[in-house]
Amino acid sequence: MRKFVEETHAQFTRWMLHLRREPFSLAFNLLNPVILLVFMGSAFQGMARSSLGSDYRGYLLPGILALTAFGNSMAGGIPLLFDRENGSLMRLMSAPISRASIILSRFLAVNVSTMLQSLLILVLGIAFGVRIATGIGGVLALLGVGLLLGFGITAISLMLAFRFENHGDFFAVIGLTSLPLTFLSSAFVPIESLPAWMRAVALINPMTYAIDAMRALILTGWNPQALGTMAAVLVLFDAAMLWLGSRVIGRHLA
Amino acid sequence: MSAPLVRIDGLKKSFGDVVALAGISLQAHAGKIFGLLGPNGAGKSTTVKILAGLIVADSGSVEIAGRDVFKEPAAARAAIGYVPQEVTVDPYLTAREHLDFYASLYHLPETVRETRIREALALVGLVGQEQRRARRLSGGTKKKLDLACGLLHRPPVILLDEPSLGLDVQVRHDVWNHVLELKRQGAAIFLCTNYMDEAERLCDEIAIIDRGGIVAEGAPEELKGRLNRDIVAVEVAGSNHHHADSAAALERALADLPVVREARREGTRLKVYVEGRETALPLIVETAARAGISVQSITYSRPGLDEVFLHYAGRAFSEGATNGA
Ligand SMILES: Nc1ncnc2c1ncn2[C@@H]1O[C@H](COP(=O)(O)OP(=O)(O)O)[C@@H](O)[C@H]1O
Ligand SMILES: [Mg+2]
Repeated sequence: MRKFVEETHAQFTRWMLHLRREPFSLAFNLLNPVILLVFMGSAFQGMARSSLGSDYRGYLLPGILALTAFGNSMAGGIPLLFDRENGSLMRLMSAPISRASIILSRFLAVNVSTMLQSLLILVLGIAFGVRIATGIGGVLALLGVGLLLGFGITAISLMLAFRFENHGDFFAVIGLTSLPLTFLSSAFVPIESLPAWMRAVALINPMTYAIDAMRALILTGWNPQALGTMAAVLVLFDAAMLWLGSRVIGRHLA
Repeated sequence: MSAPLVRIDGLKKSFGDVVALAGISLQAHAGKIFGLLGPNGAGKSTTVKILAGLIVADSGSVEIAGRDVFKEPAAARAAIGYVPQEVTVDPYLTAREHLDFYASLYHLPETVRETRIREALALVGLVGQEQRRARRLSGGTKKKLDLACGLLHRPPVILLDEPSLGLDVQVRHDVWNHVLELKRQGAAIFLCTNYMDEAERLCDEIAIIDRGGIVAEGAPEELKGRLNRDIVAVEVAGSNHHHADSAAALERALADLPVVREARREGTRLKVYVEGRETALPLIVETAARAGISVQSITYSRPGLDEVFLHYAGRAFSEGATNGA
């Protein structure tokens, strides 16, 4: 156990050094969220105020937080794929270390990074005048919801890192999923106003549940029903993805 | 001799219908450098990856320090330091951070950690560069850092896959000296290479591998001696249009000599493989004189590993292995 902790810690430290020394990859993930928050927020401010009866930036912020968590988690497997491509992973595996430490260290690092990015977006939102109805406790809850969404997506991404053979394909998948899935959720407009097929996708999209709960936390207050639904759906989603991920990855890291 | 630290027995591995290893058996011992010499695609990396527990073989057995690699992978892994063919340093980390990383992965106790890291830095000549990011190190220095990372835990078995591939002369010599130092410290070194000079210079024992099979095995001198043939290179003199003909004529004349095993003509040069240097040289000179062919120069040499490969594999080393792929 002590050995497992030391192995995981060493690899986690490596990923944290990457995070510090590779600020561009962070900026890359934050690009879409910030554009949405700043520009879309301004563009629709007036229109939305009359129809939604609330500040549109506050309305948008949950979707943007979900997009941030989704994008960062979905990209989380890429460094592992790089390690596979250049032989580093093979080398790591020649050491007598627990295979789980390889996955766990990356998993932790991705989610720490998601949390930092979400915090940055929240601060930016607040700087633009968004008021969080649930206060400081709500900020923590928002980060928690982001993580709960991120866990399952990270599991998918780590799994993909072992299924894809080159990182170009991986980037394509991220590009093709992040923004579309955000639109196919309750991120920008109430789910009832979506066309039927979009509504159907939105209803099976875990982002929708994260967003609904976050929206309640920001706009109205502690809403047990939204929080309960979100927790039930996301815990189920995470459990399913972690189970699937560990099976797929287990086969590759034997 | 003591029990081998690496024991490979009847090892087979195919990738789809490419046979990478057709059933090889090898042994490597403590304090010795064992060289697996072969052209690209011969099966060297596959062998070493199986030793490192990274690929599962189709059949055969592999033991490292007495532990079965397939049945006790963790114990076998603890006994090896594997430095792959590709440079695997992380561009974002400093040299020092790499060593810290591996020191933790191998659970070096706090008491020896610092000394080992310093020793490793010194061994590969990285002192003073430990705070530089690997991204900014030269190709040769990256490779040395890679080596240092694989040695930190002082493994009894060191697996080196083409350690001097693509390095310039100075760095190659540095790497060779490190490898010799490791041997002096008592490790069993299993070295894959496709450089004949590297094999000759470093290895106590060589196995020549071609298309997944071992074609010859022994100490370098022994392998060359076993060929029982020396090389006499004859340069024919003459005017431009005639000298190629002269070389051909000499080749024909020499073919009848009992000491001559084989002759190969390259333009005006004739490479004659002979048995027994003392008698062969005068005989060749005499034969040339009798045929009226004037010889510009004649040199004698012992065969190199390239001749050994040619003899056992039936083709030149540089032709490479296609392995049916
Ligand atoms: N993962 C793999 N998939 C398919 N073929 C492979 C794989 N690894 C090696 N090979 C094939 O096996 C043969 C031996 O390769 P390798 O052991 O890398 O040779 P060497 O290291 O001597 O150059 C080659 O024909 C190579 O193409
Ligand atoms: Mg190779």
